[in-house]
Amino acid sequence: MPVNLDLAGRTYPPTEPYLVGREKVREFADAVFATSPLSFDVEAARAAGYADLVAPPTFAVVIQGRTWDHLIGDPEAGIELSRVLHGEQRFSATRPIVAGDELTAALTVTQVRAVGGNTMVTAETVITDADGEHVVTATSVLVAGADA
Amino acid sequence: MTDLQLGQIVAERDVHLTRDSLARYAGASGDFNPIHLRDDIAQSVGLPGVIAHGMLTMGLAIQPVIEWLGGDARRILDYGVRFTRPVVVDPVDGADVHIEAKVGALDDPAGIRIDLTVTAAGQTVLGKAQVRIAP
Repeated sequence: MPVNLDLAGRTYPPTEPYLVGREKVREFADAVFATSPLSFDVEAARAAGYADLVAPPTFAVVIQGRTWDHLIGDPEAGIELSRVLHGEQRFSATRPIVAGDELTAALTVTQVRAVGGNTMVTAETVITDADGEHVVTATSVLVAGADA
Repeated sequence: MTDLQLGQIVAERDVHLTRDSLARYAGASGDFNPIHLRDDIAQSVGLPGVIAHGMLTMGLAIQPVIEWLGGDARRILDYGVRFTRPVVVDPVDGADVHIEAKVGALDDPAGIRIDLTVTAAGQTVLGKAQVRIAP
């Protein structure tokens, strides 16, 4: 089934709140070779003016990933996971994610275009905190193969 | 920051990736796509073998910039990359990733642009890898 070209403009319902755990921040920071004490040492983070450990900028992908499930799981979207490549990724942040944040994310398909034999799907996930304030927008370009 | 020059290298780093690094990132991120864990599955989709998660490469490539900023990512407004080539991680020898961060633009009122050059096995693996930092 080909990718639905009428997908642009579709917004999926927000995810259940994701509570950012302190050990999860440490684990992720370790995995991306982070060295900043603000991601490992609570006192250092507090001394720098944060409420708790500071997650690396790409940590937002953990929450964004939950919104991809909406898109891939939508039978009308026609996007088959095994045929999808991650083409581009961008994070536009208002502030860093901090342990203790309760984050909600909603994905909107902003563009669908055919390029050569592929379909490029641009998906924008807006991540907000418990107060409804913007934290970061994660935008992906997914490249779906023509014979998908 | 005021005495930065266009093209100036502000940070550089080498990272050695092993298959363990990929397993660790899979667990930390929740991305268990088997092309990052199993050679047979990676080869079945035309890859030479297991490749690093693009998001792992993206995640580690910004670390030298954060160090340059004194460990505080607060001023990082925007970070974007294109995934242009896979990083193949050999089961024995792993893979070496080199990151060079240099000043790409200073005249943008929205902030300083840092351009990342990320290479593995002598080839660039990320395209248009740019970080925008609050002035």
